[in-house]
Amino acid sequence: MKKELVELKINGRTHELAIEPSALLLDVLRQDLGLTGSKRGCDESSCGACTVLVDGVAMMSCTLLAASCQEQEITTVEGVSQHGSLAAIQKAYGDWGGAQCGFCTPGFIMTVKSLMAENPDPSEAEVRAALSSNLCRCTGYSQMYAAIKSAIAAERNAMVEAK
Amino acid sequence: MRSDPKDYELVAPGSLQAAVGLLARSPGEWLPIAGGTDVMVQYAAGKLPSRKLVSIWNLAELRSIEVLANEIRLGAGCTYTNIREHGVIGREFPMLSSAARWTGGIANQNRGTLGGNIVNASPAADSLPALLAYDAELILISVRGERRLPYAGFHAGYKKTKLAPDELIRAVCLPRRFSGYVCHARKVGSRNAQAISKVCMAALGRVAGQTVEDVHIAVGSVAPVPLRLSETELMLRGKVINESLVSAAKKMAVAEIRPIDDIRSTAKYRAAVTGNLVAEFLNLLSADGKA
Ligand SMILES: Cc1cc2nc3c(=O)[nH]c(=O)nc-3n(C[C@H](O)[C@H](O)[C@H](O)COP(=O)(O)OP(=O)(O)OC[C@H]3O[C@@H](n4cnc5c(N)ncnc54)[C@H](O)[C@@H]3O)c2cc1C
Ligand code: FES
Ligand code: FES
Repeated sequence: MKKELVELKINGRTHELAIEPSALLLDVLRQDLGLTGSKRGCDESSCGACTVLVDGVAMMSCTLLAASCQEQEITTVEGVSQHGSLAAIQKAYGDWGGAQCGFCTPGFIMTVKSLMAENPDPSEAEVRAALSSNLCRCTGYSQMYAAIKSAIAAERNAMVEAK
Repeated sequence: MRSDPKDYELVAPGSLQAAVGLLARSPGEWLPIAGGTDVMVQYAAGKLPSRKLVSIWNLAELRSIEVLANEIRLGAGCTYTNIREHGVIGREFPMLSSAARWTGGIANQNRGTLGGNIVNASPAADSLPALLAYDAELILISVRGERRLPYAGFHAGYKKTKLAPDELIRAVCLPRRFSGYVCHARKVGSRNAQAISKVCMAALGRVAGQTVEDVHIAVGSVAPVPLRLSETELMLRGKVINESLVSAAKKMAVAEIRPIDDIRSTAKYRAAVTGNLVAEFLNLLSADGKA
């Protein structure tokens, strides 16, 4: 089918792109825009490595049509740092050794971001439920959960201080 | 092989009227895509037979939740997240809320819709037993108008439904008459997120003392379509719950289902679990009667 002009808002910038209407968002991000932070681990919604935020809501970009995201705000892992400095979750990953090969990390970070926006004070069970469809083959999850917990605490403290 | 986007056509009509108009012009040619959590998995795997997709994602007419005096009218395009976050649904239809919480992970719940779960018609779909137990009805829409039919009987056979090629599901209606009932929903599988149920059940009932006044039991993954165990229900109504009634109900439930062996489980295991879930539910009902 013919390419069409599509406008996508990604990490605060508007991109006008000529793409197939049935192109997958993950392909557009990685191939058309060179935003290779989002990973393809399975291609069938099973691993979460491709998770991005669409209007703040976590979605798997490997099975999402790019054209269906027009007029919505897309955030990828490239967009989570704040004014050039690492977001709490990125810093905590470094401090706690949350990543090994790192392939799953962008997907986890985006899912954690959406959880924190929805529920700033999640219980351990809520964190685990939110992350239940993000898979990691390296860490065994323990260091990663430690990182995530500390990032959530850091963000909460920052919010309290700001008030 | 992955699908090549060049081979596919996608249109987004932007309104319900325009979407049914398109379906009416060449019935059967366009495949509606809502959240795409079933369709896009097939697409990404190169296994989608249809080359023409019409997006009904986010159509406002399909996303409303109307709370009326006697029923809740849930737009077919509501996502699992919409469902699990809705207060009245949580209070009066807790088994549907639980099913929404069990359906894949968060990202899947943000996208997957109830309408898609119904039309995808997997015998293992998690929200369908709840719809059966709550006596849900469907409103279907096409350019010919709207029609309303009971959800029970909508699945005509394995992956076959009564939906005409030019129709969409507009809404799912849930009658508000089960608030005083004991409810019990269970998903038995390797895990909740990312695992398809081996057996799922949604059951509700009411007792006076130990006498069963009313009971609805629905099960998934144990027959080509989600089932109401109507014979077991009929046998139970008016009876006093005791050990021999529980064991008779287990036997009858197992006789009503048609489980198969597949990659996820065996017929024998599914039959045993179904019987045990029915027993577990009756014991809960009995405990409620004693409370
Ligand atoms: C990772 C993952 C985990 C999952 N886990 C579960 C699970 O635990 N339990 C479970 O039950 N399912 C599960 N699913 C399956 C899927 O998410 C659900 O079946 C979902 O409800 C489908 O909705 P959708 O809007 O995405 O459907 P789509 O993929 O958009 O459509 C599915 C079918 O329904 C039709 N359709 C959609 N809406 C309408 C409408 N309003 N009127 C007429 N036809 C319509 C489409 O044409 C298509 O044939 C999972 C899927 C994934 C990818
Ligand atoms: S690549 Fe999208 S979920 Fe695995
Ligand atoms: S760090 Fe390697 S997959 Fe998670």
